[in-house]
Amino acid sequence: MSEDFKVDIVNPDRSFFSNDKVKEIVVPAVEGDMGILKDHIPIISFLKPGIIFLSTNEGLQKFYVEDGIIEFRDNTLSILTSTIMDLKNIDKSFIDNNIKDAEKQLENSDLNDQARFLMSQKINVLRTIN
Amino acid sequence: MASLDDLKKRISSVKSTQKITKAMKMVAAAKLRRAQEGAERGRPYSEKMNNIILNLSKNIVDVENSPKLLSGTGQDNVHLCVVMTSDRGLCGGFNTNIIKKAKNYFKKIIDNGKTLKILTVGSKGYDQLKRLYGDKIIEKISFKETKNANYFDADKVGKIIIERFYKKEFDVCTIFYNQFKNVITQIPQEQQIIPLKTSDVQDDNDNDNYEFEPEEDEILNNLLPKNISTQIFKAMLENSASEQGSRMSAMDNATRNAGEMVDKLTIEYNRSRQAAITKELIEIISGAESL
Repeated sequence: MSEDFKVDIVNPDRSFFSNDKVKEIVVPAVEGDMGILKDHIPIISFLKPGIIFLSTNEGLQKFYVEDGIIEFRDNTLSILTSTIMDLKNIDKSFIDNNIKDAEKQLENSDLNDQARFLMSQKINVLRTIN
Repeated sequence: MASLDDLKKRISSVKSTQKITKAMKMVAAAKLRRAQEGAERGRPYSEKMNNIILNLSKNIVDVENSPKLLSGTGQDNVHLCVVMTSDRGLCGGFNTNIIKKAKNYFKKIIDNGKTLKILTVGSKGYDQLKRLYGDKIIEKISFKETKNANYFDADKVGKIIIERFYKKEFDVCTIFYNQFKNVITQIPQEQQIIPLKTSDVQDDNDNDNYEFEPEEDEILNNLLPKNISTQIFKAMLENSASEQGSRMSAMDNATRNAGEMVDKLTIEYNRSRQAAITKELIEIISGAESL
């Protein structure tokens, strides 16, 4: 029996990625990283800035996400996100600019705690890519 | 009767207008294909979003404390209408149809003694509404600089709406846009986005027991603002496809009409040319006879 399931990553304006032979995926859910294998129970959760690790037969793929919602059902994982990038396509200037922007927003005092947490999470993740 | 010279000038001016409308039609056709693809590519996202929200709202136990964006403020006094139109003209009845639909709705609200607030997206809508409802327009947004509809613009509009909602500026929010059916048919739509009508969402699976992490209401709080942006983005995509479709058929008509006009004018030109020749011949012959 195969141990594969399907992953759909969709952006608001297009379908970003789709593969039905995924062995394992690790997503940065808001309460901690979450690994998903085949026959996981149906779940809905949302993401914090982080890195998605996706392993298929061809190897490991990594994506950087900023936000998103995941839904797992009938061995299909849907990830809805507005900001996602393949780690291979990220260059240094993108990371630097994003860190700068995020730091500027952190100085802004009227952010609530959750936004503050997400923002600092973003900075940390971007630093690790660097 | 117009002189030969005048007719000649008119023919050439109609012909050059025809060239312009023909070119605009071609451009609209090319853009339409892209806009249509965009609208189709955007569908999975909004469909999945709808599905998730439906599942979540079904699982909400404590209805009283559910997020305000879902259940509303409990009142129905102030209506915010988001009228989404294009930034450019020359697209047939595209903008007029949306405005007509919106005006009907406005009338209903005012007749019921409720307060109306308008937010316009796209400059053509503002131009058409400012005369009658100028004092009701609270904000106008236009994305003239951006070529294609993109999510970040939609997100901006969504954030403006949500911010105003949390400031308790309105109770119900409705958006107006054109739904793209095909090149000749675009259907003006009114869609209520706050509070969300879950009955509009189709129910295809009711036996799923989801696990939620974190709690349902926390996910909903995070998800609903995104859903509003998504709905607006969907409306923008539909609108841009409709705009190009409508412009294409309008320009097609204009080109055809110009062609008919050229034909008519050419016949008139030839007739008067012949008449002039005949007249000259008669003059020469009668001159020769009298000798």
